[in-house]
Amino acid sequence: MNKKPRSLIRIIIPVVLTLVTIALIVWPMLAGGQYVVLDPKGPIGASQRDLIVISTILCAVVIVPVLILSAVIVWRYRDKPDNKSAYEPNWSHSTKAEAIWWTVPIIIIGLLAIVTIRYTYDLEPSKPLASEKAPVTIQVSSLDWKWLFMYPEQGIATVNTLNIPADRPVKFELTADSPMNSFWIPQLGGQIYTMSGMAMTLYLQADHEGQYWGSGANFTGEHFAQMRFDVNATSEEDFDKWVNEVKRQSQPLTQETYKTLAEPGTSNVAYYSSFPEGLFQDIVTKYVVDGQSAHSKHGEASGAKEITTQDVDKSAN
Amino acid sequence: MLERLKEFASEFFVTGDPLIYGADVAIGITMITIVAVLTYFKKWGWLWRNWLTTVDHKKIGIMYIIASIIMLFRGGVDALMMRLQLAMPNMDFLHPEHYNQVFTTHGTIMILFMAMPFMFGLFNVIVPLQIGARDVAFPFLNALSFWLFFLGAMLFNLSFVIGGSPDAGWLSYPPLSELSHSPGVGQNFYIWGIQISGIGSLATGINFLVTIIKMRAPGMKWMKMPMFTWSVFSTCIIILFAFPILTVTLALLFLDRFAGAHFFTLDLGGNPMMYINLIWMWGHPEVYIVVLPAFGVFSEIVSTFSKKKLFGYKSMVFAMLIISFLSFFTWAHHFFTMGSGADVNAFFAVTTMLIAIPTGVKIFNWLFTMFRGRIRMDTPMLWTLAFIPCFIVGGMTGVMLSVAPADFQFHNSYFLIAHFHQVLIGGVVFGYFAGLYYWWPKMFGFQLPEKLGKWAFWTWNIGFYVCFMPQYAVGLMGMTRRLSTYGWDTGWWELNFVSTIGAFLMGVGFLFQVAQIADGIRKYKTLKASGDPWGGRTLEWSIPSPAPEYNFAITPRGDDIDEWWEEKERRAKGIYPPEQPLEPIHMPKNSAIPFIMSIFWFIAGFGFVFGWLWMAILGLAGVGICMIARSFSYDTDYYIPVDEIKRTEASLRGSV
Repeated sequence: MNKKPRSLIRIIIPVVLTLVTIALIVWPMLAGGQYVVLDPKGPIGASQRDLIVISTILCAVVIVPVLILSAVIVWRYRDKPDNKSAYEPNWSHSTKAEAIWWTVPIIIIGLLAIVTIRYTYDLEPSKPLASEKAPVTIQVSSLDWKWLFMYPEQGIATVNTLNIPADRPVKFELTADSPMNSFWIPQLGGQIYTMSGMAMTLYLQADHEGQYWGSGANFTGEHFAQMRFDVNATSEEDFDKWVNEVKRQSQPLTQETYKTLAEPGTSNVAYYSSFPEGLFQDIVTKYVVDGQSAHSKHGEASGAKEITTQDVDKSAN
Repeated sequence: MLERLKEFASEFFVTGDPLIYGADVAIGITMITIVAVLTYFKKWGWLWRNWLTTVDHKKIGIMYIIASIIMLFRGGVDALMMRLQLAMPNMDFLHPEHYNQVFTTHGTIMILFMAMPFMFGLFNVIVPLQIGARDVAFPFLNALSFWLFFLGAMLFNLSFVIGGSPDAGWLSYPPLSELSHSPGVGQNFYIWGIQISGIGSLATGINFLVTIIKMRAPGMKWMKMPMFTWSVFSTCIIILFAFPILTVTLALLFLDRFAGAHFFTLDLGGNPMMYINLIWMWGHPEVYIVVLPAFGVFSEIVSTFSKKKLFGYKSMVFAMLIISFLSFFTWAHHFFTMGSGADVNAFFAVTTMLIAIPTGVKIFNWLFTMFRGRIRMDTPMLWTLAFIPCFIVGGMTGVMLSVAPADFQFHNSYFLIAHFHQVLIGGVVFGYFAGLYYWWPKMFGFQLPEKLGKWAFWTWNIGFYVCFMPQYAVGLMGMTRRLSTYGWDTGWWELNFVSTIGAFLMGVGFLFQVAQIADGIRKYKTLKASGDPWGGRTLEWSIPSPAPEYNFAITPRGDDIDEWWEEKERRAKGIYPPEQPLEPIHMPKNSAIPFIMSIFWFIAGFGFVFGWLWMAILGLAGVGICMIARSFSYDTDYYIPVDEIKRTEASLRGSV
């Protein structure tokens, strides 16, 4: 009589525990939040999403059967007196079996490697996007602990907010006047480091108008958590309208205001009607010694485009 | 004068935070209690003779493990504080500055002062027993390694109450970690804590390489070595090549900070990217250093608890050696987004994926060790069985991260955090726990109560999934690591809240383990273990538990991979090995020098941390004197006479 309820409890407790665990894990995954990485709004983000899906499927092809196999083996060969399955304590080698599980991962990884290499060259961040429209250039500098965006073609600058025209490639030139950060707008595409003493290039595009957000993804100290910014992708007309508004309504960014801005601290959203010419190059070449960039040995062919003093000279001419 | 003293004290001691004052009080009380207990029970002599000056590998191993469990507690409290801060949006539990210190110390402690010593503890306790040796190759060096680690760890932990903790992340990227951005002493504590213990780690690596190469039992050819010993061998090779990189990198960073050099600064030709490359050239092999021994532990346990030979021994060895080789060619996958170009990224993406192949083979071999075996579900095996699915999933997300262009979206996000915690907890921590439960009776001579162990196991495991599965999701929602706070508008709070619940469940799991150990100690008389409580297969199970100080009264042979299993089979058939006469055993003598020398290293480190050159020189002079003293001490060994061996053996074998 005593035994029955106890064995029932022994079944109920694990079942309840499992259900509670699954519920705890699944509920927040379905509640509220938006899976921005899986919901891209631009071509780069979309390719990266595809790649994530492809690699997940390729991995799952091996992993799901292995997980099932593990469960079956553990269940089938558990040590119970009435277990009738085979027991071969000395069976420890099978060339055929081992050949299979050396080969299968090699094939899967081979496939994945081919896909990865192709995408790596396709999605090289400094590669211009195929588009009929010319890209708009935006110069980005990460500061302690805010973002400075300069629009050289429009002549304006903003802090902690970014406006871009939708459906047109954006060429980001990125540097830092602070420890290394990382510029990331998840819905448009992957991130890239912003580093002092050099300029990086990243092409992104928003296919649709809308409001997205970006952040500083690499730790830079005390108030690094405050480096989130809005990204407004608007139509060309609205973008131009916005540029004019900024020009009309805000103060210029001068060398002095930049100096204050670059000091460690947080900042609200700010707009500037103009910025000192060559400020971006000045930040990049801040640490140049004897006409040589500190990192000028890194190839120009790579994503890390170097702006040496020669480039600066050219732009000055 | 008083004013100056006050000013000094306010900079010297960490002040202003009630949490710190609470910790100060707790540390004070603990220390007073320890001193009082030792004095009351008159245990100072015992402590000095049996522990502080010991060169016995088994005792050193036990000290490593105790230290690592204390560090697990400290690192765990750090983790819980972080999870509490992130449980809700806009929390004000930790200020950003404090939060940054907490995640920095959490990472550093868990890898360098928890995983490494836990691993070295298992090496020390088991490797000599498994290969039939009486000690490691260099017992004195072994004691020195331990004390260097221990005092390095203490120096690092001191930053909590004196001077202030480092706060530039566990790898301290410059320029953030340079004087320009971290002027405080926290970074110096980081550098010197790791440097001092790092010397110990390198020495341990060399020690065990030599031990395994030179001191195997007669008959134990390379391909007859137990799998755990193979894993230690592979790991020590990685240590040998990787740790010097760490030492040099941190030395250069120290020169930048202390002597005004410009290796990694922004100005005057310094290059922070160089540091990032160097630190990961150590950092990536480091994760294989800690995970390979866990693979070794699992191999031993799977075979023992399935009552079956390990499947595919040769494949297993080959796979492990490939992993140690490849581990040196993947470092750049930690910064695909640095813009090194498609050629570099493609190379490192592929080398990273390649590691999945030997790792996958190992998983298959473990599964087929269980196939047609008889699986017993004792706690060591439970942790092993939990490891397999956990590591498969963690490995899969690792492969996903290695896909370079996709990594541009994963990098620095909680997806990455979830991945490496899954492989480090699911692989390393589960592995070391399994090893600790497996070899506990060998270390202490009694079994741990299984019931509390199962409670611990289930809370840890449920807690793990509840904590880290939501982190994958929140990573895909764009949450990046090291954020000290986030807003309601992000949509991240549900996931973070649940993750915090999971973290606390793991904390409860840890408490169950502490209770289990305490309960075991209380009842140890009823839980006495025989020499071979699990039906073991390798040589460590052929001797009594705990092992006598000389390990083997008669040097064993190692003709088979499962030598002890085969021996038991032979004995069952009535075939006994011929009686061999006992001979006096040559043993190393205890020495106080490792302990004293490490104290001097500590003093030197402390001097460098605060830039007090007189103190640093004093410490280094002490180190030099200890070295000279050692080279002139000739009385370093002794023989255990046959009579004493006979008496010890009789009492040990009689009692089991």
